[in-house]
Amino acid sequence: MSTTLLLIQTLNGLQFGVMLFLMAAGLTLVFGIMNLVNLAHGSLYMMGAYFAAAATSWTGNPLLGIALAIPAALILGLLVELITLRTLYQRDHLDQVLCTFGLILFFNELARVLWGSAAIPMAIPESFTGFVTIIPGLIYPKWRLAIIVVGLLVALLLYVLITHTRLGMLIRAGASNRAMVGALGVNISLLFTLVFGLGAALAGLAGAMVAPLLSVEPGMGDPILILTFVVIVIGGIGSIRGAFIASLLVGLIDTVGRAFLPALLREAFQTQSANTVGAALASMLIYILMAAVLFFRPRGLFPPKGR
Amino acid sequence: MKKLASALAGGVAMAALGIASAAAQDSVKIGYMATFSGPPGVLGEHNRDGFLLGIEHLGGKLGDLEVEVLEADDQLKPDVGKQIIDRYLQSDRVDFVVGIIFSNVMMAVYEDVVKSETFLISTNAGPSPIAGESCSEFFFSTSWQNDQLHGSAALQAVNDGVGSVFLVAPNYQAGRDAVTGFKREFEGNGTIAGEILTQINQPDYSAEIAQIAASGAEAVFIFLPGGMGVNFIKQYASSGIDLPLYSGSTVDGTTLPAIGEEMMGGYSSPNFWAPDMDTPVNQRFMADFEKTYGYIPSVYAAQGYDAAALIDSAIRAVEGDLSDKDGIRDALRRAEFDSIRGDFQFGNNHFPVQDWYAGEVISDDQGRATIALGALVAEDYQDAYHQDCPMQW
Repeated sequence: MSTTLLLIQTLNGLQFGVMLFLMAAGLTLVFGIMNLVNLAHGSLYMMGAYFAAAATSWTGNPLLGIALAIPAALILGLLVELITLRTLYQRDHLDQVLCTFGLILFFNELARVLWGSAAIPMAIPESFTGFVTIIPGLIYPKWRLAIIVVGLLVALLLYVLITHTRLGMLIRAGASNRAMVGALGVNISLLFTLVFGLGAALAGLAGAMVAPLLSVEPGMGDPILILTFVVIVIGGIGSIRGAFIASLLVGLIDTVGRAFLPALLREAFQTQSANTVGAALASMLIYILMAAVLFFRPRGLFPPKGR
Repeated sequence: MKKLASALAGGVAMAALGIASAAAQDSVKIGYMATFSGPPGVLGEHNRDGFLLGIEHLGGKLGDLEVEVLEADDQLKPDVGKQIIDRYLQSDRVDFVVGIIFSNVMMAVYEDVVKSETFLISTNAGPSPIAGESCSEFFFSTSWQNDQLHGSAALQAVNDGVGSVFLVAPNYQAGRDAVTGFKREFEGNGTIAGEILTQINQPDYSAEIAQIAASGAEAVFIFLPGGMGVNFIKQYASSGIDLPLYSGSTVDGTTLPAIGEEMMGGYSSPNFWAPDMDTPVNQRFMADFEKTYGYIPSVYAAQGYDAAALIDSAIRAVEGDLSDKDGIRDALRRAEFDSIRGDFQFGNNHFPVQDWYAGEVISDDQGRATIALGALVAEDYQDAYHQDCPMQW
């Protein structure tokens, strides 16, 4: 296990974590502030990827395609909120789960009808193809670095938005005590729409950024949705800071675990089954982490204050 | 009066039955089942389109009988598949069951179909038990036995003089089989530099790719069907690693639209067929397929296409007498039809014994990625399980 390999895997984990953060930030706000379980968050991510791929083949420029995907996902998110979710805020979580699960099926089928069931192509923007040498012997793909940079920038922007603006103050207040914010005369339904739109745009951004690296196909949002829920549960529902730290934690543990656990087991047991067991154990690591966090801090690592 | 009415009703029913049994002589009922939903649904679509084009090319008939094709989606769920097959066998009373993409669905329905003495033509799935000790007189495959996919990739690497390979496959039955199948042909010729079993439907392979780079392997073998392969290859292409990539069931006509750019000039997964295969049947198939369905067919379509011709040859041999099961079986075994792949013959276990070719990803005259037939990798390649099958003929 060389130092360069460890460094590369750390960067890989960071990149995966940052991508999870883009997803988790929106989901945790929607869940924390609007008290809405939105299973369709993965579908918004998928639609972001499709929008980016479609806009790229339309304009011929992947960067422009990705840029167009963000407003498209925002508009889609607003439409979904206005048309379907609005009526669900007062309802039981089970009703919300039913409705948003229906949305997953709807969007997967919509993607199939519009773009077919085979994966569609999406190229890496030309100026970001290839790789950079960070230190001699350590090369890293440019596009993955770009994802890390964009993710960290978004985290910074969200930090400024949440802690230093009026909207952020309302969002924080909403996460702590929804009823009180409404009673103080804030237009809560407008706030909800804005928050949902913001979450949709972030999910769309995540989908668009990973589209050049992943298979853009119906159902691509489903596996990522589960991880995102793990992240917000670990981080504390409603907390952006928690989502950020939990994302990086999950990204790093998952990647580094996958990379080194089977090798460690092989050295310890030296059997053929070490591979299988190692792989199975590595995929369980983040769930073990979640269970441990829930045991010691049932409300997550950084729950919003005053709840 | 009441008596008369019931007698009349009985007469009508008898007449209806009489008509039905007479009609069975001039029509054949096919129960087609494949996976159409979810990401792997594209395999089912190609397969079905190929099968239907095969029927169309035979004048819309099979062995001069009118054809009725029932179609159902098993959703890649063995229990759903079992329900559909029950319906096909018991209420629809089909003459042939055709299709089935995934081995786990196949294993769930296989016994029911062959025990009912209905012919089962697999157009894709070929799990090892069916090729070996559980082989049946009522089962035939127009595709391959699963291990041939990985074995041929290993032989291809051996032919290229590769000394060490890194293996990546998902951690489930087919993935572990792929690793075993590859090793069986590769060991003795080179070393395995490393092997990783990943999660199923894993989106990110950066950790695995970094390990490949650090392993010092000369080449990589992946078995990552569908979207997993697309994920891996897109990430591999941007990783700065330049090792040759061998694959089983990964780089084919269903994934090329998404990864053509990345794989250009590289190997496709080896197979018995490629779009430019030089047989008269294939030229007709290629000319009409895209016109009808609007996309370049994959090998899954070719497998479906051959199933129609195979059934046609058998019905023709018994002159439309579908009750002559022995006659149909003998005719199926002879496989006297013009296959899309040229020569076609069955081994004792009813899996094809066929030539396997490497393939190269090239761009066609419209600039789209497609596969060109490459070097012959294994001639008359037969699966490793046929000795376990007691059937001899």
